[in-house]
Amino acid sequence: MLAAIGVSSVQELFDRQIPAGVRLGRELDLPQGMSEQEVFAHLSELAARNVSAEDELSFQGAGMYDHYVPAIVDMLMERSEFLTPYTPYQPEISQGGLQVMFEYQTAICELTGLPVSNASTYEGPSAVAAAAYLAKLHNSKRKLVASAGLHPHTLQTLRTLAHGYGMEVVEVPLATASHGDGAGGGVTDADAWACAIDADTSAAIFAQPNFYGAVEDAAALSEAAKGAGEPLGDASPVVICQTDPIALGVLAPPGDCGVDVCVGEGQPLGNRLDFGGPSFGFFAAREEYLRRMPGRIAGETVDVDGRRGFVLTLQTREQHIRREKATSNICTAQALNALAGVVYLTWLGRRGIVELGELLLARTHYARETLGGLPGVEKLHEQPVVREFALRLTSADGGGALDVAGVRRRCLARGVNPGVDVHALTAREQDRGVLLVAITEKRSRADIDRLAQALGAAVAAERGGAVAAAEPVGERAGVA
Amino acid sequence: MAEANYPEDLLYHAEHDWARIDAGDPSLATLGITWYAQDSLGEVVFFDLPDVGASVSKDASYAEVESVKAVSDVIAPLSGEIVEVNQALSDDPQKINEDPYGEGWLVKLRLADPAEREQLMDAQAYAATLGG
Repeated sequence: MLAAIGVSSVQELFDRQIPAGVRLGRELDLPQGMSEQEVFAHLSELAARNVSAEDELSFQGAGMYDHYVPAIVDMLMERSEFLTPYTPYQPEISQGGLQVMFEYQTAICELTGLPVSNASTYEGPSAVAAAAYLAKLHNSKRKLVASAGLHPHTLQTLRTLAHGYGMEVVEVPLATASHGDGAGGGVTDADAWACAIDADTSAAIFAQPNFYGAVEDAAALSEAAKGAGEPLGDASPVVICQTDPIALGVLAPPGDCGVDVCVGEGQPLGNRLDFGGPSFGFFAAREEYLRRMPGRIAGETVDVDGRRGFVLTLQTREQHIRREKATSNICTAQALNALAGVVYLTWLGRRGIVELGELLLARTHYARETLGGLPGVEKLHEQPVVREFALRLTSADGGGALDVAGVRRRCLARGVNPGVDVHALTAREQDRGVLLVAITEKRSRADIDRLAQALGAAVAAERGGAVAAAEPVGERAGVA
Repeated sequence: MAEANYPEDLLYHAEHDWARIDAGDPSLATLGITWYAQDSLGEVVFFDLPDVGASVSKDASYAEVESVKAVSDVIAPLSGEIVEVNQALSDDPQKINEDPYGEGWLVKLRLADPAEREQLMDAQAYAATLGG
């Protein structure tokens, strides 16, 4: 080819084509190349600097959870037919891939109690933002009413994308324990929720369970949003619920509670933590919103010979047809992670997901009661929880907030990750001293007892530390 | 409708839309898309009915027609206010393919400026723009 263009070498080609003024003129400043064995040793050393859920006893949750992933998930994910292809551009050729999507969608519909689902989205928080866009397409209104019970990452994502949609996010706080009958704290403030929703509200969004682990009254929140007192009819806002799919084993399906669009983070279904991703988001809705839904949708049909087959349907919503008027800007897929999700759900089965939920309820209750009984540790609220709960850690003098980071450091030194420092995520003043503890089926009763020991000791030390600082130095020298 | 057909009694817009001025009331018009438009689109699967009362501007899009393979803006040949929409299309959007000038009508308009009709083409002129 060089001969064909009259050039004697590649170097001459570069010399003649690239202006001298833009040439670097020296070797690139890269380290020496390594052999495969050296690379392996180097990467192993880097990886060893991380601590995974395998290295410590972890009660860390807040949106992603350390569930057991059965071997069958890996076995199927690693099949090259699933692992290697990107988004098929002639989808009907990939009948197996489309069938997986169809089965996945079916599973999500059954779980959420809503009739239509897409083939997955990127992850939970952006699925919530996509649902907000659906609401805007549906009713052209500007305001998004969002419960403070949503995950802080969801609220951040929602605010970022709402700005681009030309929408405004109004946050509704959680009720405090002193509000109303005193037992109402920890869930979305019902009065503030009803007040915030008006004729200009496009969508009302809440989490189930909420970020602090509490089970919300989804039916009441939906009804209030629909304006039970003053029916807004067609103009009523779209009710969006972000939910933990594992909790749906024991909670009423959002579709049965008046929710219009149910979305969520799919990681707990068959996907490992993987230091935060990749994962997938699920998105299900009432049939009337079908044409506004983002993402691909697999459909079942028959071919010319009457045999069952699968297609990508309703593609007229998507960018390659509708361009800037498409229902989303999704341009790649988490299909492999969604495959893991549907394999996991199939493996669990209808009974299994209920049994798992009941197991989590029991263990979470045990953990909450045990930890809540420790000195300096109290439940943040009295609401029912499913698999996660919040504790307030208090100092000895006057019950002010304890330094959660300090408590966590002490626990981590003993190989126990007690949970998430909530204030570090939300930056809300009232979240100082709050620890969020997550339970999965991998955390046994003995594990919970070990957590109680570690947390108890850490809290005592952290509380004691404050007192010790007030003692005269001389006396401290005599302490064993 | 299998054969290309452009009724004489209609007025046509270059973007493949027609208008029928009401015989009894010259400020009332029925709008739709032409045989050529429905043929190009293919099987129509969805028509999102615009709102009664919405105002429409000549040469601007007032609705969308969705077929299996494409979504197309529907351009208004005349300006005015929508006074009626063809509800039957919700359940049976295929009427747009089968009978684009009859049962496949889209909306009825109270015209803002009946004189705009002078800018539209007759059947021969429109058919000529289609070439071939």
